Amino acid sequence: MTASPSISIAIIGSGGSGALTTVNFLLEVASSAGWHGLFTRTLGPQIRGGEAAGLLRLAVHPVDCPPDQFDLIIGIDWLNAHRFGAEIKAGPKTLVISDPRGGEPPPMVTQSGAHVVEIPMKEMAKSISGGRPNMIALGIASRLLGFTVEQMLAPIAKQLSGKGAAAIEASRAGIKAGFAAAAGIKLDVKLAAPSPSDARRWLLSGNEATALGAIRGGVRFAAAYPITPATEILEWLSPSLAKVGGILLQAEDELAAINMIIGSSYGGTPALTATSGPGLSLMIEAIGLATASEIPIVVVDVMRGGPSTGIPTKSEQTDLNIAIYGLHGDAPHLVLAPQSVADCLFTTQWATYLAEALQTPAIVLSDQFMGQARAAIERPADVAFIGARAVATDMSSAYKRYALAPGGVSAMAIPGTPGGQYTADGLTHSEFGIPTSSAADHLAQLDKRRDKLERFNYGDHWASIEGSGELALITWGSLTGAAREAVGRAAADGVDVRVIAPRLLAPVQPERLAAALDGVKRILVVEQTHSGQFHRYLRAHYDLPAPVRAFHRPGPLPITAGEIHRAIMDWR
Amino acid sequence: MSSVTTRLACKPGDYKSDLKPIWCPGCGDYHVLMSFTRAFAKLGLPPEQITVVSGIGCSSRIPAYTSCYGFHGVHGRSLALAAGLKVTRPDLTVVVASGDGDGYSIGGNHFLHACRRNIDMTYVVMDNRIYGMTKGQPSPTTEPEFDTALTPGGTGVAPFHPLVVALASGANFIARCFSGQPNETADVLVEAIKHPGFSFVEILSPCVTFRPDEQDWKEQVRPAPVAATNDQGKAARRLMTDDGFNLGILYRGNRAPFQPAIGVSSIDLSELEKDFEL
Ligand SMILES: Cc1ncc(C[n+]2csc(CCOP(=O)(O)OP(=O)(O)O)c2C)c(N)n1
Ligand code: SF4
Ligand SMILES: [Mg+2]
Repeated sequence: MTASPSISIAIIGSGGSGALTTVNFLLEVASSAGWHGLFTRTLGPQIRGGEAAGLLRLAVHPVDCPPDQFDLIIGIDWLNAHRFGAEIKAGPKTLVISDPRGGEPPPMVTQSGAHVVEIPMKEMAKSISGGRPNMIALGIASRLLGFTVEQMLAPIAKQLSGKGAAAIEASRAGIKAGFAAAAGIKLDVKLAAPSPSDARRWLLSGNEATALGAIRGGVRFAAAYPITPATEILEWLSPSLAKVGGILLQAEDELAAINMIIGSSYGGTPALTATSGPGLSLMIEAIGLATASEIPIVVVDVMRGGPSTGIPTKSEQTDLNIAIYGLHGDAPHLVLAPQSVADCLFTTQWATYLAEALQTPAIVLSDQFMGQARAAIERPADVAFIGARAVATDMSSAYKRYALAPGGVSAMAIPGTPGGQYTADGLTHSEFGIPTSSAADHLAQLDKRRDKLERFNYGDHWASIEGSGELALITWGSLTGAAREAVGRAAADGVDVRVIAPRLLAPVQPERLAAALDGVKRILVVEQTHSGQFHRYLRAHYDLPAPVRAFHRPGPLPITAGEIHRAIMDWR
Repeated sequence: MSSVTTRLACKPGDYKSDLKPIWCPGCGDYHVLMSFTRAFAKLGLPPEQITVVSGIGCSSRIPAYTSCYGFHGVHGRSLALAAGLKVTRPDLTVVVASGDGDGYSIGGNHFLHACRRNIDMTYVVMDNRIYGMTKGQPSPTTEPEFDTALTPGGTGVAPFHPLVVALASGANFIARCFSGQPNETADVLVEAIKHPGFSFVEILSPCVTFRPDEQDWKEQVRPAPVAATNDQGKAARRLMTDDGFNLGILYRGNRAPFQPAIGVSSIDLSELEKDFEL
């Protein structure tokens, strides 16, 4: 048995089986012990109950993408598990633990050559007073992954502390029974020991990281309408904003939400909304208003499969076009995309900072994959991006809200300031904010709003760039993790690839990309869309100095490092 | 209204900007603007403490004609924008101006929820029973037989009753005014602004261009025969049976306004991280 830098586990069960809780315990324990991890869930279409699978990857390095294949699959029961078949890949090295009373494993598993071992988890649970099959599964997983029963009990005791000693005892007995039942069963891989580190450890979802980034960047007001997969942002923000003196309002719809945050920001309170594609569509008109009236706002779009209602619980990168081109008129604004759970924090904080500095809307394109994944990470470093807009205080001469200042950013009067009264307006306006249809004013203000975005120095955060190979892989968003892993494998095959992942999608940065592409011979564009939106965007705005191939496919299945690795190896 | 230090001896003219309105000569909205400035002067509020928020339409042009802070936003969303402003800036006096198309048609959903939410602000709808700005299409308050190019022979659809809708949705103050009576209207606006919670003031404001027939309103309007009530049942009966021309304050509720705590932070930001620490 070799020590592997990462290992992947899937636990499958029907509604109420506790499969997801079990995976979460494993993640907590592994994280406390120093490993990194990523936990995603996949659920059937039922609102509540139905089948569920928890997918976990543990590693000695940060994990930002799904595995190609699972090392261990535990089926508490297989009811409708074929629905997940495509997402839970097994192979000849996979160990499958199956409850004989839980139905047949799906063909995807049985035909993979995986080694199937039967353990009657349900029956074992029955023999324990208050016993539950998922605790048996946890015991099995603990042994196979090299954890002890006592290690598992710590988080369980914490979670069940309200339920009394009997509940904790039942769990202990379940884990022990599972642990014993796994004696003699061999898993092909062993997870390498984590390198010692005294970094503080966090366990959080991308949506929570997004929300924290917003508050750190200065957001104190949020308004939103619930939508999958963005709602967790709001659910964490609501109590957290209250703790820091802010407010979250549940709006009657997205049209209201976006206008509410414009009102808040106009009044001087930095503001955010979070939504997904259908909501972003409804917000577009008012994002244009914020652009024209130069009101900073942050709009987080946690992308899901589209168009229309699409696939609410699965990821895609298909809102790129609407985020960049969706506004009517010439309406320059910011579009940014985080690249991992941890980066959701940084990018949202940076977006808030930029929106405030440039007095413009920032659309943050997160996605379902990283938004709803829970990751065990090292505490991200603090960054100094705290929103601070130019506020008008000196009213000694007639105040021009939209003065043609060098750099394009003009000081904003906050209501309550004597002498600063102006009317913010979506109508084309003069420097004073007075409506006009004069060609000169129109052009001057269009130039102003373009220049303030284009002349700003965004620094190195605009993209993450790694490696120096002659093949450049250009990707964005949550695919960056899978791309990096694929590039690591290619390096092991002797192929050097550089990865370029823009975090700032608008305004475009042609000079910076040109520098990043210096010396490349081939370019591979990787994205999760059906139509190649990112590829077209690159072609439209950038000089691509070498032959280009594009690898793109739609959701719902996440794009794996294996797929990208193959695309790299095919384009050498 | 918010408790701010009032300045004495304010004149209505102090609340007017230098901008010349784009309205047609004789448009009722001129008188509404006059009522606004008179009401603000009576309240003695510093102009910078007032924000006038609007959507799109002839009526929605009003913010820039005042010397207050203003927001001329998109069509139909003024109440939402004002809600975000007021909850984060409870110190400001927020007045929202709208038209019957802006407020009842495209913005109808926000009207319901603004009444329900009962944030302390005053909502003024200049009802001319027509889309003035887009040159004469029917609105939700237009009579079914009113003939327009878009709806030859009329819509055939009965108008809805905004005051009843407001009452049923939870508005805390309901009044009707006529633009041709700017002093009376100013007095009602003063009461509306002072009344806690969401105050709704419908101002019948004739569109002389597309509804010349509305010139007759000055003969049709009358002071409401009975005083304002705080009884929702009574108000419902009165509003349901009213012909649309009774003027004055018709309902004064006593619901507590919605205002979540703001700006009172007890913790350091790093405390939020505890949610994620193992
Ligand atoms: C989204 C959108 N749709 C349509 C319009 C066109 N439009 C401008 S004003 C208006 C109607 C205004 O009617 P009302 O609110 O009654 O105002 P009035 O002009 O009568 O005062 C319409 C339909 C617009 N500006 N925005
Ligand atoms: S069109 Fe009617 S509502 Fe508009 S300004 Fe002219 S008279 Fe007034
Ligand atoms: Mg009208």
